Amino acid sequence: MSFLEPEPTPATAPFWEGVRAGVLRLQRGRTTGRCFFYPRPHSPFDPDEEVEWFDASGRATLVSYIINHRPLPDVDVLSPIIALVRLEEGPTLMTNIVDVEPDPAHLALDMPLQVVFRAAGDAVLPVFTPVFTPTTSGASAGEVRA
Amino acid sequence: MSGIHRGAVAIVGAAETDELGSLPGMSMLDLHANAALNALRDAGLTVADVDGIITAGPMAMEVSDYLGIVPRYLDGTMVGGGSFMLHVRHAAAAIASGAADVVLITHGESGRSRVGMPPWNRTPSSLPGQFEMPYGALAPYSTFTLPALRFLHDRGMDIRDLAEPVVAQREWAQRNPRALKTEPITVDEVMAASPVAYPFTKDMCCVVTDGGGALVVVSAERAADLPSASRAVYLQGSGESAESPLISQMDGVSSFRSFRLSSQEAFRTAGIRHDDVDHLMVYDAFAHLPLYGLEDLGFVGHGESADFIRDGHTRPGGRLPMNTNGGGLSYTHTGMYGMFAILESVRQLRGEAAAQVDGVRVGFVQGVGLFFAAAGALVLSSERELG
Repeated sequence: MSFLEPEPTPATAPFWEGVRAGVLRLQRGRTTGRCFFYPRPHSPFDPDEEVEWFDASGRATLVSYIINHRPLPDVDVLSPIIALVRLEEGPTLMTNIVDVEPDPAHLALDMPLQVVFRAAGDAVLPVFTPVFTPTTSGASAGEVRA
Repeated sequence: MSGIHRGAVAIVGAAETDELGSLPGMSMLDLHANAALNALRDAGLTVADVDGIITAGPMAMEVSDYLGIVPRYLDGTMVGGGSFMLHVRHAAAAIASGAADVVLITHGESGRSRVGMPPWNRTPSSLPGQFEMPYGALAPYSTFTLPALRFLHDRGMDIRDLAEPVVAQREWAQRNPRALKTEPITVDEVMAASPVAYPFTKDMCCVVTDGGGALVVVSAERAADLPSASRAVYLQGSGESAESPLISQMDGVSSFRSFRLSSQEAFRTAGIRHDDVDHLMVYDAFAHLPLYGLEDLGFVGHGESADFIRDGHTRPGGRLPMNTNGGGLSYTHTGMYGMFAILESVRQLRGEAAAQVDGVRVGFVQGVGLFFAAAGALVLSSERELG
């Protein structure tokens, strides 16, 4: 059993270096601020616009998911929950949802999520965990994680 | 553009492999060849007549050489299982421009037995290798299925709605002796089947088979001179489109842009309206695709797809018979199902289908490729001129 570890290319290396350092890095157009994913040397919105990397908030919401009941026999994964999440900055990406039971009762669409970084073999992957917003007044603005 | 549509070219040969299912005695190329020779025989043509070869999977010359064809036109357009919809369009363009006269389009896939098949591609530096596979999105059932919950959620629909296409199409499959799954099934039984990738159960996922199919395309003038002339099926309109090879980057998770754009172009180039369509095929590797298809193609409104099926409109006797071979869910699915959707449309237009619908004059065929990455649409007709 082993993880399928991503192999960065020159264009994607800053993303994966960020993940290893515990930062979710994205790209955006320097003038418009329009953010995009997956990493490229140019913006898909305007190839002439200069592109810069920045540190994303790591906040996201759950767009859609599946719970895999048939993991491939020769591959390790961090979670059977494979999800599409929308980052606060706009782009959608595929990831795993971790630290929650693989049960639809615990997985509401649009629920808030926060990135966490987990070792997967020799690689590190950006995965997401549910954020439970405190309902009582007086709780800190920070979220409590289950 | 009108040079390739409105009856300018015709499908004159259309056939599947002798058998579908588990065929460990045939390699991928054997399946191509068996289907190709059946289609040429169907057309009343021979290998020596073919000057254009189009396929997806193997390179075009692998197939032409295997058959002994000397091609002057080759096209290996590969956008996944819906490649063959694009191939019909490209064949028409080649014929209209004089680049080819007799184009053979082949499909063969040892999807179950995997004889003579290339290995699964798991290149870790590819975009899927970096941004999808590490999360376990390795198989179609754990990737293609990902947008479905969002589709349902945005429409106030229920996961039981995913069972509706399965049940309706099984009614067609019951009438088709070549279908892999022919036993009747209920919504409750579909929901109770073993889970594959929530919300999808086993019956919401396509069958996995070996098989092949092929088409022969010529000009309408050439078609008129063939022994198969009375069975020619004409291309009235077509469209194709694509978006990201990463499912996470599709342009809108709960509606498929490429379905919308390719179908709109097919309707426009054919000069027909939805009411003109007698028969519909929508590529159904998984049960959410007929729902996306009915809505994105504009046959029903937002959120109406499951009710439309539940109310019987796509079933035997309904006003929009859909996936009448049983579909990928019940008939056959080799991996690239698109060829079989086209072949069923041709059979219905010829009046030769196992579960024949009365009076099919206009057929619409919608393909999807590499999950939600690409799409192709065809409008086919039994008569050259739509009156």
